Parts: sequence; structure tokens; C-alpha cells
Amino acid sequence: MKLMLHVAPGIVRRPIVSSVILETKALINIERAKVDAVSGEIVVDVEPERCSEVKAAFEARGVRVVLLENPIVKDDEECIHCGACISICPTGTFHFKGSEVVADAGKCVQCGTCVTACPQRALRLILK
Amino acid sequence: MSEINERIRDGSVRVVTAEEMPDLVDELGTDGAVREVDVVTTGTFGAMCSSGLFLNTGHSDPPIKISRAWLNNVEAYGGVAAVDLFLGATQPSEDRGDEYGGAHVMEDLVSGREVELRAQGAVTDCYPRSDLETTLRLGDFNQAIMVNPRNSYQRYAAATNSTDRTLHTYMGTLLPRYGNISYSGAGSLSPIPNDPDFEYIGVGTRIFLCGGQGHIIGSGTQHLPQSGFATLMVKGDLKEMSAEFLRAATFQDYGPSLYVGLGVPIPILNERIAKNSAVRDREIITEIVDYGVPRRDRPTVRRVNYEQLYSGSVEIEGSEVRTSALSSRHVARKVASALGASIRRGEFFLSAPVEPLIATGRNNPMKQTKEFLLVRDVMSPEVATAREEISIQEAAAMIVGGPFDHLPVVSEEGRLIGMVTAWDVSKAVASGKTSHISEMMTRKVFIASPDEPMELAARKLHHHKISALPVVDKDHRVVGMVTSDHLSRLYGRRGSL
Repeated sequence: MKLMLHVAPGIVRRPIVSSVILETKALINIERAKVDAVSGEIVVDVEPERCSEVKAAFEARGVRVVLLENPIVKDDEECIHCGACISICPTGTFHFKGSEVVADAGKCVQCGTCVTACPQRALRLILK
Repeated sequence: MSEINERIRDGSVRVVTAEEMPDLVDELGTDGAVREVDVVTTGTFGAMCSSGLFLNTGHSDPPIKISRAWLNNVEAYGGVAAVDLFLGATQPSEDRGDEYGGAHVMEDLVSGREVELRAQGAVTDCYPRSDLETTLRLGDFNQAIMVNPRNSYQRYAAATNSTDRTLHTYMGTLLPRYGNISYSGAGSLSPIPNDPDFEYIGVGTRIFLCGGQGHIIGSGTQHLPQSGFATLMVKGDLKEMSAEFLRAATFQDYGPSLYVGLGVPIPILNERIAKNSAVRDREIITEIVDYGVPRRDRPTVRRVNYEQLYSGSVEIEGSEVRTSALSSRHVARKVASALGASIRRGEFFLSAPVEPLIATGRNNPMKQTKEFLLVRDVMSPEVATAREEISIQEAAAMIVGGPFDHLPVVSEEGRLIGMVTAWDVSKAVASGKTSHISEMMTRKVFIASPDEPMELAARKLHHHKISALPVVDKDHRVVGMVTSDHLSRLYGRRGSL
């Protein structure tokens, strides 16, 4: 399952991810990270059965954690099922089912590449 | 043909789609297919930038001779008589930029929404009015006639990108280092591949156009059937069209375009037509070209057929590269089946063409009469290069002794591997830490090629905020250098590039 970590300015320089890994010994995959001088936004993938434990460990360190249940929304009125979103997605969120494009939202890491690649502007990130 | 129209009238017509035809011909043979099938329906739904709309607004009181006009702030051409306008699909709006354009005005009109017309007039004795504003719906126009100069390409080159930067093109987002392949076209469903000899497709052929009935009015611009790139010029009434088959789009950092749904019914009059209409995706070949080369003649990476493109991945240089389409196969199938349904309902009759499309077209490069500078015309051809083993002192001496602040670093074979600037040297001396240039050189160097237009090199300098580009040949050997000094000299001498 994917967690969005919002790391606040006061704690962004601390080795938070590694300390959570050492404490929980959970396998954590960093899918996307944007960290600058003042804050950070990190998407991690965690095994489903360890998810609440890992979430609590991050929260204990002052990180705001959002479970990415439905990170991307496709407007089916606008979608023409061209498939422009398929080949540009780094995590393989979209695929053809018959001749229609369907999304497996659980794979999305909210990188946003598809939002601008969609000629019909049918995709939207749900930011939390 | 009149027999087929008779069967459309009495409801006994036998229609299949172009996707069903190959198996039918395999099973029945071409002679059997001629006996069993009357019409094969084709369809395509893709971005067709070369599309537009003639609008007649009716005369105002007092009357105006419109010279310039805007619909929802998208400029339409007003230089046709007094109240005829031509709205191009790719014209961006003046207030919303690329996110709204001519294509979006068309979709708004088809969807029943109001549009704001603003116009300026040339004042004459017969047209005294100088400006005008009004709100109109599709029904308020006398005529709204779509006339598309180039639609329904026979096939289209697929696109990929060899550079290390993401490109935003009219072929969509192209990821760096052959990260994906983007293609367009409906393959074996597409109209022209089903009648490549124009036995039925010609001037006056009645077609399905965006949900209504339209006509082919001739071959399209850039029509080049001798190379497999035939195109159609088509016309239809916007008032009959539906938003299911006419959709506005925006390509990121390119602009607006229009998705057009177009289908041609092909009567199976003889075995030759039956054979041609049994074409399969794997028999339609196109090229994958590298959009990383920003020139008219982009290099071909490989040849590919539509079956391979549809499969989801294609091999380039030993790796599987994911493919995806910009055109919609889903809606193309809907076009072919909607056309079939209207034929079966007795609402769509076939029309014999007045004459076939021309068999030999023309798509020559532009004749450019103004001087066109290439990097090779401007660059300094003599450039000192260094090996990475040299010391900072040696590098400093080379920079001081040469005309540039930049020192390209090359491998034993003479290939460019890095760059050192006077600033890098100063920084290294100030820190006192590094001793060899291999520790401080920039390894990711932006480059230019000798055949690249100078304008593009200038754009790279600006885009990456750098002041020099080493010029390298095919083998990555340094053959020159262009710097911002060259640009200022050029500009100073000529006034413009």
C-alpha cells in the first residue's frame, strides 16, 4: 500500500525513513521523493500487513501520513480511451481492458506525468 | 452501386466492419466475400490538427464588414467577405492559452453551449459599423460548415525520443532515452488503407464525419499516395455533428487540436476491392522516428507494423519500449459501427465519386529564401581539448592561453566525456581540495551538432543557462564550439538571427 509522507520543515533534515526501517524492519520502497531545504513529500510503498505499524512509526516522528487509497481519478466522460497515459506512467497504473483504458489506482505514486500527457485533460490527482 | 443503395433502401444490405473483413475473406475467398458482403465500414478517431470551420453569422444592423473576429477569445480569420469567418482548430485563445482553442469552440458549439463573438469591422459606406459583441449558439449561425484541409492520413510515423530530456510534442509526451513510443492511426480500421487505389474513395464520396454525413471534397494537403501517405480533404455540417465524435484536446506545450471521427463506407463491388478491404494491422507498415532531432527530416529508428504497435511494446536497440496511441481505437470502432448502423437503418446511402483522388501528390520541403544559419557556419572550428588526467594548473594554463572559458575533456579515442570551465578551476583552487580535472569536470555536457540550426543552439544556451556548447560529430568527437559570444557578435552585425 502507498503512503504519502508530508515532512514538515522542523524535521526534514532528520534520517526519518531509515530510522523507521530500522525500528519496524518493514520492507519500504521509496516510489517518489521531493525533498528541499524546507520540507519534503515522499511516497513509499509498504507491505499491506505492516502498513498501520509503519504509518504509526512515521507519525511518532512528527510526519503527516496519508494513505493513498484513490490517488488518481479518471473522468470517464472525458476519456476517449486513446491510451496516451499508458506508456508514460512509471508504475504501470493504466492498461487496456478490451479497447478501454482502465486505471489500477493502487499503483499510482502521484508523479503527475499523465495529467499533462492526457490530451483530453481527463486525469486529476487527488492531493491530500 | 445502385443495387447496394437499393438494398440499403429495402433493409437487406449486408454490412461488416473493416476489422471483420479479413477473417471473412480468409473463410469465403474474395469471390465469396463479394457475394456475401455489400459494404465494409471503416473508422478513425484521432487528433487532426488540419481542421477548421466556416461560420456565417448573418448580417447585423447596422451592418459590419468583419475584419477581425474572436469566438470565446479565439481568433477566427475575418478576411472572407463581410460575415464569413474561418476558425482553425489549433488557434489558441488569447486569455486561456493552449488549454482552450479553436477546437474547444467547436466542441462547445456542438455541445449546445453559447459562445461570445467579438468583432472589429472595416468601416465603409455600405458597412458603417466598426465593432460588435454578441452571444451565439450553433443554431444562430446561418451555416457552420466544417472544412478540413488534411484529415485521415493513410498511416502516420510513430514517435520516440533519443535525447535525455522529456519532449512535449504533437505526438504527446515522449520520455527520454527511448522511454516510450507514441503512435497514431487506426491501422486496418482506417479508411484509406482499405481502398489504397482509390477505387471508391474520391471527390464526392459520402462519409461519416463527426456523427453527421459529410463528403470527401478532394485529396488533402500534403497528399502523397505514392509513398503511402494519402490524405483527405473533407466537408460536413457542424449542425449534424455530435460531441461523441468531435472532441477538443490540448497537447502539453504544443497547443489545442481536434479529434475528428471519420468513417468511409466501402462498397464491395469486385474482388479487387474485397481483397484490399481485407487488409490486416500487420500489413500496414510505418516508421518510428526520433523526435529528439529537432529538424524536418527526423531519423528513422526502425520500421514497424500496426499489429506490433498495438501489442503494447516494440523493441528498440535490444530493449522493449512501451507503446501507446494518441488516436482512439475504441472510438474508431464506434465510428465504424455507427456508420454501419445508419446504413442498416436506411439513413446513409453510398455516393459514387465524381472522380478518384489523384494518384501522385506532392509534399516538398519549403523553399527558404532567407539565409538560414547552421551551427557549422557560426562555430569556432579550432578547439583545444584536454585529457582527464591533467592537473588543475595545466587546465588553467590551457584556458588562459585559449579563446574560451570552457575546456572540453575527451577520452583516449577523442570522444567528449566532460567539460571544465574557468569557474570550475577557480572553485577548485579556492577549496584547495582537488588536484585533477577528472574530479571536478561536468560529465553531463549539453552539446550541439554541426548541422543543427543556430537558432536551436541558441535556445539550448538560454534554456540551460549556459554560455557555451561543444559541437560534436556523429562519433562524439569535438569539432567546434559555439558560445554566447558568437551570438552577440551575430546579433550585433545583423540586427537579427
